[in-house]
Amino acid sequence: MRKKLLNFIITLVLAAVFSELLPWWGVMLAAFLSGLFIPLKRMAVFMVPFLAIALFWISYAYSISSANDFIMAKKIAVLFPLEGNVNLLLLITGIVGGLAAGIAGVFGNQCAVLVKK
Amino acid sequence: MKFLKFVLSLLLALGIYYGLNTKFGSIPPLGKFLDPAHGIWQNDKSESGETDGLELVGLEKPVTVHYDKHLIPHVFAENDHDLYFAQGYITARHRLWQMEFQTHAAAGRISELIGEVAINFDRGQRRKGMVFGAENALKKMQEDPETRQFIEAYRDGANQYIAQLDPSDYPVEYKLLDYSPEPWTTKKTALLLMYMTDMLAGGDSDLEYTNFLKKYGKERFDLLYPDFFDTIDPVIPKERDWSDWEVLAHDIPKGELPLDSISETMEKPDPDNGSNNWAVAPEKSYSGNTILANDPHLGLKLPSIWYAMQLATPEKNTFGVSLPGALGIIIGFNNDISWGVTNATRDVKDWYKIEFENEDRNAYRYDGQLKKTTKRIEEIKVRDGKTVFDTVVYTHHGPVSYDSDFKGNSQKIGYAMQWTGHIGGNNQRTFLELNKAKDYDGYMGALKHHVAPAQNFVFASATGDIALWIQGMFPNKWEGQGKFLMDGSNPDHDWNGFIPQEHNAHIKNPERGFVSSANQHPVDESYPYYVFNDGYETYRNRVINDFFKSKEKFDIQDFKDLHNNNYNLKAAELLPHMIENMDVSALSTEESEMLEDLKNWDFNNDIEKIGPSIWEAWWNKLVPLTWDELKVEDLALANPFQYQTVHLLKNNPDDTFMDLLDTPEKETAKDLFLLSFKQAVQDLQAWKIKNGDIDWGDYKATFVGHLLQALPAFSRFDLPIGGNSGIVNATKKDHGPSWRMIVEMSSPPKAFGVYPGGQSGNPGSKYYDDFIDIWAAGNYLELDFMQSKDQAQNVLFTQELNPKP
Repeated sequence: MRKKLLNFIITLVLAAVFSELLPWWGVMLAAFLSGLFIPLKRMAVFMVPFLAIALFWISYAYSISSANDFIMAKKIAVLFPLEGNVNLLLLITGIVGGLAAGIAGVFGNQCAVLVKK
Repeated sequence: MKFLKFVLSLLLALGIYYGLNTKFGSIPPLGKFLDPAHGIWQNDKSESGETDGLELVGLEKPVTVHYDKHLIPHVFAENDHDLYFAQGYITARHRLWQMEFQTHAAAGRISELIGEVAINFDRGQRRKGMVFGAENALKKMQEDPETRQFIEAYRDGANQYIAQLDPSDYPVEYKLLDYSPEPWTTKKTALLLMYMTDMLAGGDSDLEYTNFLKKYGKERFDLLYPDFFDTIDPVIPKERDWSDWEVLAHDIPKGELPLDSISETMEKPDPDNGSNNWAVAPEKSYSGNTILANDPHLGLKLPSIWYAMQLATPEKNTFGVSLPGALGIIIGFNNDISWGVTNATRDVKDWYKIEFENEDRNAYRYDGQLKKTTKRIEEIKVRDGKTVFDTVVYTHHGPVSYDSDFKGNSQKIGYAMQWTGHIGGNNQRTFLELNKAKDYDGYMGALKHHVAPAQNFVFASATGDIALWIQGMFPNKWEGQGKFLMDGSNPDHDWNGFIPQEHNAHIKNPERGFVSSANQHPVDESYPYYVFNDGYETYRNRVINDFFKSKEKFDIQDFKDLHNNNYNLKAAELLPHMIENMDVSALSTEESEMLEDLKNWDFNNDIEKIGPSIWEAWWNKLVPLTWDELKVEDLALANPFQYQTVHLLKNNPDDTFMDLLDTPEKETAKDLFLLSFKQAVQDLQAWKIKNGDIDWGDYKATFVGHLLQALPAFSRFDLPIGGNSGIVNATKKDHGPSWRMIVEMSSPPKAFGVYPGGQSGNPGSKYYDDFIDIWAAGNYLELDFMQSKDQAQNVLFTQELNPKP
């Protein structure tokens, strides 16, 4: 459990740092690195970075958008089309970020396994 | 096993990266797009003042920009260079994507952004010679050291903004289409001016008229498309006497016009691209100050074609609307003068039949000899596709737009365009000079540089002058020249000089105490140069002029009322005749009820009425039935003007054109009234079932569409606004008053203005569309004309632009 929490926190911290410096795939790098150095088991390999980044992206997006009455979010939720449902857009944002991070985490884990022999 | 898992997870990681970093069809790259740190969430913000104290390379002195509560920037610079630098910077800051997109459209570069669906559009732009015209205009602008300095300052300002952009700051449209802004250039300013020229002076029907002439002969042509209507109320009042001018007139040359059949022509600009403007003299003004108004009618788009600004230096102070990409104020006022424009709608685009020597098209017949062509190879880059190369042949007339490669069919015959839009002029200078003009002479001097699109420039000064000049370069034509396709090998068919600028029709301080224009005939038949009907408006102008003849004094409220006037003169002139002459015994109960509703209508296209919906539905069915002869496959033909259609329906009801080709019976206008009414009622009933009430506002359903294919997410729909095409409030479904301005030349001037959009180009900003409801309700913003930078009140925030040391 401690490892999961540690991986979760490190992924979050790295993602926050990388998001200032790197394009969107910074979250993949963050998950990859935590997967590499803090190995997890079974489903957690994917789920921990998935949840970390989904949470990060959703709360980040929410904090920007809520300060502006969700004007753009509502429009993008029409564009996609989600009938203007901002919650759905937030959810999709979380899933997209989480998916990328989860897979990167799995890859990081496999690298660790390979290196360990 | 370990290795296999490694490879699998590697492939999966690469796959997800690729999948979320790539655009698929119209789906943006989802990872990039939804990333809250760089994607669209970053565009979820409204402008505020957190960027105070910007340092910019190229500024000479500090510039202060106050944004008022409508986000209108009030720019105070120490000199003109800095003023236009700041204009470029600020415009890019609020309208970058639009600036680039419109100039890409002008240059025929849309395929670069959206792929092969735009290839035909892009080829059309190239074949119209849009880039050729822009290059000629740029040359003229660069020859003038002052203009050159200013367009370069504007460029540098815009580029300062672009250079400091992080991808996370890109306007949302870049993120949606997944591309990046490129640097602004002076050529783009020329392209933007060409974009306007094409919109306003890009229409003509010469080839359609040629087809008609060939099929039906001259007598029929003159009946359907007369040079002048039985009544006209021209821009320059009929009282104007031209007899003291010495005029060089050209004789009609001998020789035949080529009577070819042309199957297909390029898409034309909206024929309702037009405007109203007017000004009253002191004796007709409630306060003794001149008052001026203008409302240009263009496609209703977001971001709006206009961007409101105040531009001030110690020498001048100007307020009004600018065109993102062009310098200065285009329609506006300063402390001494105000001005506005409507389209002059003159025939400045003609077509010549070119016979090439052979299929290589290196030479064509001209004056009994062979004349060399030049070729321009147009490279059209296509997103996710192969680059298209299109060779456009140029003659001394201009580009051969139609040939075997484009809508034509013979390798040896082509149709060349001659257009004042290609001449190239320093139109930019006209506006820079108007911005600082102090009186009538300043205004007149400014106009001299204006080549195309020809405009009716209305003018009012604080000292009590009003005037109207129809300015542009107009070829001095022999009677009938350029109405039809001409013979490109005959030198007598060439344009032979231009109407001298001082002979462009104009009027200053007319006795009637007002000037006005609404795209109607510029002059009557007494004007000593040849002018023919190129689609002149016939309704708005009479309503406007009748209004100003109706009483002694006018105030600002009168001006507002006139902008919002919904009186449908066309309906008033035709509808009673239709009702009287229709066989009502053949109507069903449902149809009779609708007819009763229509009889009770007062001819005002107001939103809550159903009369206008029934009338417009009826008219829209009647016109195609009347001109069913002109809807033929493989032959381009144009419907006669509305005024003449009404005239013929009333006065020539038995004309053979009234007959329907599809039926064995011989129909007359009377039959068409009944038939079209029944069709209209059927349509309206169907509409009702689907959408509810047929109140005019709901039925017309005006919308303002985003520039990118009217993306619904970024557009506004179902706006409650009346009017229609041909009405002073010329708001139709997707087109109408794109800026309404009223200025009283008091000291300082009192001004009101509004446009259907907002100052910000960012759909995520509350300033993106905040004027739309004000506009639809017929209201205005009070324009805060700051007399100095220290006197600013009600400021939202202030930006200081400082030179970077």
